[in-house]
Amino acid sequence: MTTTAPRSFQEIILRLQTYWASKGCAVLQPYDMEVGAGTFHPATTLRALGSRPWAAAYVQPSRRPTDGRYGENPNRLQHYYQYQVIIKPSPPDLQALYLGSLAAIGVDASVHDIRFVEDDWESPTLGAWGLGWEVWCDGMEVSQFTYFQQVGGHDCHPVSGELTYGLERLAMYVLGVDHVMDMPFNDPDAPIPLKYGDIFRQTEQEYSRWNFDQADTGVLLKHFEDAEAECERILAADETDGAGRRIVMAHPAYDQCIKASHLFNLLDARGVISVTERQAYIGRVRALAKKCADAFVTTEAGGASEGRAA
Amino acid sequence: MPDLLIELFSEEIPARMQGKAREDLKKLITDGLVEAGLTYTGAHALSTPRRLTLAVEGLTAESRAVREERKGPATTAPEQAVQGFLRSTGLTMDQLEIRDAGKGQAYFAVIEKPGRKAAEIAAGVLEATIRNFPWPKSMRWGAGSLRWVRPLHSILCLLSDEGGAEVVALDIDGIASGNTTRGHRFLAPEAFSVTSFEDYAAKLKLAKVMLDPDERAEHIWHDATNAAFAAGLEVVEDKGLLTEVAGLVEWPVVLMGRIGEDFLGLPPEVLQTSMKEHQKFFSCRNAKTGRIEGFVTVANNEPADHGATILAGNQKVLSARLSDAKFFWENDLRTVAQTGLEGMADGLANVTFHNKLGSQRDRIDRIEALAREIAPLVGAKPDLAAEAARVAKADLQSAMVGEFPELQGTMGVYYAKAAGLPDAVANACKEHYQPLGPSDAVPSDPVSIAVALADKIDTLTGFWAIDEKPTGSKDPFALRRAALGVIRLVLGNELRLDLGRVIHASRDVEIEQQYGKSIKSLTEQFVHDYSEAAQTLAELRALEGGDVYHINQIWEALEDAEDQTRVTREQAEQIAAAYAGRGMQVDTQGVWIIRDDLLAFFHDRLKVHLRDEGIRHDVIDACLAMPGNDDLTLLVKRAEALSAFLKTDDGGNLIQGFKRSNNILSQAEEKDGVEYSFGADPKFAEDASERTLFAALDTAEAAIAPAMKDEDFGAAMSAMASLRAPIDAFFEAVQVNTDNEIVRRNRLNLLSRIRTICLSVADLTKLEG
Repeated sequence: MTTTAPRSFQEIILRLQTYWASKGCAVLQPYDMEVGAGTFHPATTLRALGSRPWAAAYVQPSRRPTDGRYGENPNRLQHYYQYQVIIKPSPPDLQALYLGSLAAIGVDASVHDIRFVEDDWESPTLGAWGLGWEVWCDGMEVSQFTYFQQVGGHDCHPVSGELTYGLERLAMYVLGVDHVMDMPFNDPDAPIPLKYGDIFRQTEQEYSRWNFDQADTGVLLKHFEDAEAECERILAADETDGAGRRIVMAHPAYDQCIKASHLFNLLDARGVISVTERQAYIGRVRALAKKCADAFVTTEAGGASEGRAA
Repeated sequence: MPDLLIELFSEEIPARMQGKAREDLKKLITDGLVEAGLTYTGAHALSTPRRLTLAVEGLTAESRAVREERKGPATTAPEQAVQGFLRSTGLTMDQLEIRDAGKGQAYFAVIEKPGRKAAEIAAGVLEATIRNFPWPKSMRWGAGSLRWVRPLHSILCLLSDEGGAEVVALDIDGIASGNTTRGHRFLAPEAFSVTSFEDYAAKLKLAKVMLDPDERAEHIWHDATNAAFAAGLEVVEDKGLLTEVAGLVEWPVVLMGRIGEDFLGLPPEVLQTSMKEHQKFFSCRNAKTGRIEGFVTVANNEPADHGATILAGNQKVLSARLSDAKFFWENDLRTVAQTGLEGMADGLANVTFHNKLGSQRDRIDRIEALAREIAPLVGAKPDLAAEAARVAKADLQSAMVGEFPELQGTMGVYYAKAAGLPDAVANACKEHYQPLGPSDAVPSDPVSIAVALADKIDTLTGFWAIDEKPTGSKDPFALRRAALGVIRLVLGNELRLDLGRVIHASRDVEIEQQYGKSIKSLTEQFVHDYSEAAQTLAELRALEGGDVYHINQIWEALEDAEDQTRVTREQAEQIAAAYAGRGMQVDTQGVWIIRDDLLAFFHDRLKVHLRDEGIRHDVIDACLAMPGNDDLTLLVKRAEALSAFLKTDDGGNLIQGFKRSNNILSQAEEKDGVEYSFGADPKFAEDASERTLFAALDTAEAAIAPAMKDEDFGAAMSAMASLRAPIDAFFEAVQVNTDNEIVRRNRLNLLSRIRTICLSVADLTKLEG
């Protein structure tokens, strides 16, 4: 266990990577698409389905266009990082493993007050829910801890344990920084020390302007409908290709579902979606997520062969 | 007599579920034990965030043996019957006994159920309890299929007596029972074994676990009040929060902090709500200034630095939270300063109230119109009531209420005062929601009353009109609560209100608004599209209707126009009005149906309300049958007087006398086919009791009429009570249906006077018994 306090944002990330790698997780890289949260990564959403054991950890850049504050708010960003751990089946000592990860980044449970406070998780867009807690450290929420019960309308068997760390907030707490832009990104003693703001202040401004004022809503709407149509078309395609191979295209279809979800978030930030329409859009994305889940469970990675053998 | 100790050790159980879980555990286990034939002397359930514990004392060591005898078919019965008997008893042929059964021989089954050991019974009961535990929400984990509120880690199940302790063996989905548990997650995480409840509780205390939730709550409260006192403050009492916090910690450590100077200007409700909702902090008040100046947080750890790190962390989080609250507060005040409170309400046009009842803005417009009508009936100035209605819900658009919905109304008062609105208008922002429940206060300011009534009655007529009434246990729009609110507003303020008229007015406002809107949109359509207008006009002309003349006039005006490609706005409006008017007429005719139905709903709710106050339902029915039952205050006054009257000796007996008179009279009227209602004359009186009754009726009538006029039901009823003795004496001495037809008719007419007098007070025929 590392006892020294981390000195930078990236050191916290690196320590988490090392810790979870040492606990047997496959350390994946971020998914190469715009998503609202680490859960959207197919390594979580799709891999939580089916019977195959799974253990993965990764950083996922996440985008929430409505949270943009032009880089001025000390805690709010339209682009931020989540650290995500998913293990299936959830091990009996998952709470202890989690507390170990806090220790690894310098949060000593003997001087802090760490609490598991009821917080049930639900994602209406993914048709997913689970029970768990938000984890408090001295009154601040530092992680979300969830036992998945359902994803894409399918019961999770076995159950995955999912941990989500809001990296900026956690790091600010650990590093004792009050404004996210002041947080050291690399080591403060590096030849070229960089703060979070050196990297992201300008992009926060640019995206905030684009998200709120400039994004072409007509184009976004068209893209949404294209993504929706493409997702359905991919899933409706014959399972067997020209050469007679059975290849269900669950992942390409799910990419389109992720796209639709992000486009909806952009439209929402532009303020063109009314309260009643909102529900309808969420329902449309959920319908896609369910179809993708239906498709995934018929594939090898979705545990279909084991199902058939049984 | 052994004691049974059960501990179900799991990951953190939500605080709000622990109370019911304790009760459920106790009930399910003890019921199960008793059902299996055991008895016990006492049981109590305890919990911490990580464990549910039950201690059962004085359990019987085993259940008694039971011997049951059952008579089966005769030995001569067909094979099938015998086989059936064997199946039902679970015995084999050679186990049956043959005995003499009076009419020949029959098979007998003797079933002996031996006594079972307490351990065996407890194991079965505990397994069933765990598998069927009624958690509000439960989950699976890992690869198993067992459900619990959060992953279940261990089961401690122990029977102990003077001789020692024995583990009750059971295994549920791979979790085997044992005699070990663990202490505090951070302070004493090692496992240890226990031998009895006393041993268990004592060792847990050493392992930094306070097992009893009441003890934790008391400890928290004691330390919190002490810490606050030392700082010159007092803790704001909050029982719900105390229970919740006690459910979040195993080893409570109270820490107190001060709120930063920057935030002391925030309204106390904002500080309290923010600290409670986000941080589960108690608020500490300065008794002298009434301001919230400090907080108490409860940690679940006892660090070497005495909580300095924990407190600093909490303080930092609090500052961030309160900075948000301050930002909302200042933002809202700026909005109010710039646009007034009404300006804040602008956005409500985009908030849907219900898709068939329009936006919140539409609703506010209706409430305003109705409040204006109700105002004079409750002693409020119509303009003031209308102004209050316009701003009462403005705070729903404030940033603060967006963050803390429970501050709706409360913030409205602050913002209305900041906008310089009169106190009555400001207070109505909060009070118009009241009464929120059966125990909530009823507002007494006329402006608040007018808006509160308008709000609730608009909701009721609205949902009645779209046929969304409560059914059975389903009342998603809380309409029963709204109706009870109206009843309590009326009764609590002794309002003299014709409720039917108000409902009618409310529905008229709705209809007017609805058609106003459709006329407006039709007009736009017609202005932009001549053919739509012409077609609609042609349709109207084709219909036989009262307004054909008017329509023809518009038609001619249109045809005369040289340019038949467009209509003027005025013409478009006329066509739209004529078109919409037909639907409006239908709806207007339907108002009476809604009014009567809703009034009946109010009467039902009133019955429930009065039953809780001890007034019988038939008494209410007797009063409901009287005219003026739209006036709930009058109705209740009458019912209360009648209820009190019936409890007196005279009252009860008079009702019997009345019923007797009424029965004789009704039978005679039915038989003779006439109504005896006039002309009883003392000169045909034969008996002294008859003459006395005449005199008594004269006296009573003279007293009752003015009393009724003054709505002094008590006086009217005591005057009626004076008839009891003369009526009783009359029936004692006289036969009504005598052979002398003149005397008979005179007596029947006399009975009719009794009936008239009595029925003028209430419909006594509705009374039971």
